[in-house]
Amino acid sequence: MPVSTPVASRRQPSQALARLGVVFQSRALDSDLTLQQNLAYHAALHGIGGRAARARIAEVLALVELSDKAGVKAATLSGGQQRRAEIARALLHRPQLLLLDEATAGLDLRARHEVSALVRRLIAEEGVSTLWATHIFEEIEPTDHVVVLHRGAVLADGQAGALAGEGPLSAAFLRLTGAAA
Amino acid sequence: MTGWTIALGGIATREFLRFAKQRERFIAALVRPLVWLFIFAAGFRSVLGLSITPPYKTYVLYEVYVTPGLCGMILLFSGMQSSLSMVYDRETGAMRSLLVSPYPRWFLLGAKLLSAVLVAVAQVYAFLLIAYAWGIRPPALGYLTVLPALVLAGLMLGSLGLLISSAIRQLENFAGVMNFVIFPMFFASSALYPLWRMRESSVLLYQICSFNPFTHAVELVRFALYGQLDPLSLAVTLGCTVVFFGGTVFMYDPAKGLWRGRKGGGS
Repeated sequence: MPVSTPVASRRQPSQALARLGVVFQSRALDSDLTLQQNLAYHAALHGIGGRAARARIAEVLALVELSDKAGVKAATLSGGQQRRAEIARALLHRPQLLLLDEATAGLDLRARHEVSALVRRLIAEEGVSTLWATHIFEEIEPTDHVVVLHRGAVLADGQAGALAGEGPLSAAFLRLTGAAA
Repeated sequence: MTGWTIALGGIATREFLRFAKQRERFIAALVRPLVWLFIFAAGFRSVLGLSITPPYKTYVLYEVYVTPGLCGMILLFSGMQSSLSMVYDRETGAMRSLLVSPYPRWFLLGAKLLSAVLVAVAQVYAFLLIAYAWGIRPPALGYLTVLPALVLAGLMLGSLGLLISSAIRQLENFAGVMNFVIFPMFFASSALYPLWRMRESSVLLYQICSFNPFTHAVELVRFALYGQLDPLSLAVTLGCTVVFFGGTVFMYDPAKGLWRGRKGGGS
């Protein structure tokens, strides 16, 4: 998946954070609150309040196809819906870069597919640059830009199709990490 | 509204919403001091005679004496509840989403602290209302003058709770806080008995109570409830708030604090 504008800055972390949308590996929604209340809270954390927040929440909920769940408690959402809600939350402040940390971990096949399809749609239609950390090779398409990290070192950097060569990408990964071990 | 006030409002709204959805937490927070007021204080009324002690201008019933201490008890338990809530948020991952906000960490921690204190102050006023019905009636103006004292005492105890939370890695370890922080702080203070009474029993215990920041938080509340100011209590409570909150900001900085170098630390 393509990554554009470098935004991280050690000197100005707040400016970098304002441009980043993060979806964490572990669930980060408040289960006691409704989806709308969760999103309003996160909008406020980015300085978006009142009418602007309500409008943006409606927008991102439509984007992740959860508009009908706005008034529902987060605890009652399915795993896949919670993930989509977290993506909506990460998009609230219109970040330049979306970071997904094992966003599909723990999801069943259908939910994983939904999340993956949603992220690809966001990239294609909304132009959101995305950096997706994953161990699930099925989520990677041949045209994706892949960086293989192993024990803190970059072992490969390029298009997934090219890295895979003739075989599957997982075989290339095992080959690379085996050689590095 | 600026982004800062929106962020503060958002954090405060979340605290109030969570509190409103946890009715049992509100009831538990009120039952504890009420049990002390209705049962403990009634039982001790005849045993504990109280001579004229500032800010009281006359002899007072034990219930009257103990009421500010019980206000402090609500703030103390609420402060420790903040600690528990921070550990829980860290375990569930909610803390991470707070800390990816572009606002500085001191502001986010301060906003969370202030929000928790406002919830605790609302509980204190609910307690004072019931105490009023029970016959404990400080001057009407006292209900107003006690507000800043409650907020400051709450900030100090909440900061202490946050500081403690930075050192607790798992929710299971929280029981230790009850045994090593809440009970010693509460009992070794002027919340239940005046310090002069303590000195009659043990000079060492009296000195420990005098150094206990909770004693000064209670005395600040006690004097303020009667429209007076105790400068020493104000200075100690203010100073401890600054130290505890400064410590919290330091400890929650992944580059500097206790979490430095720990895997998964810093949240």
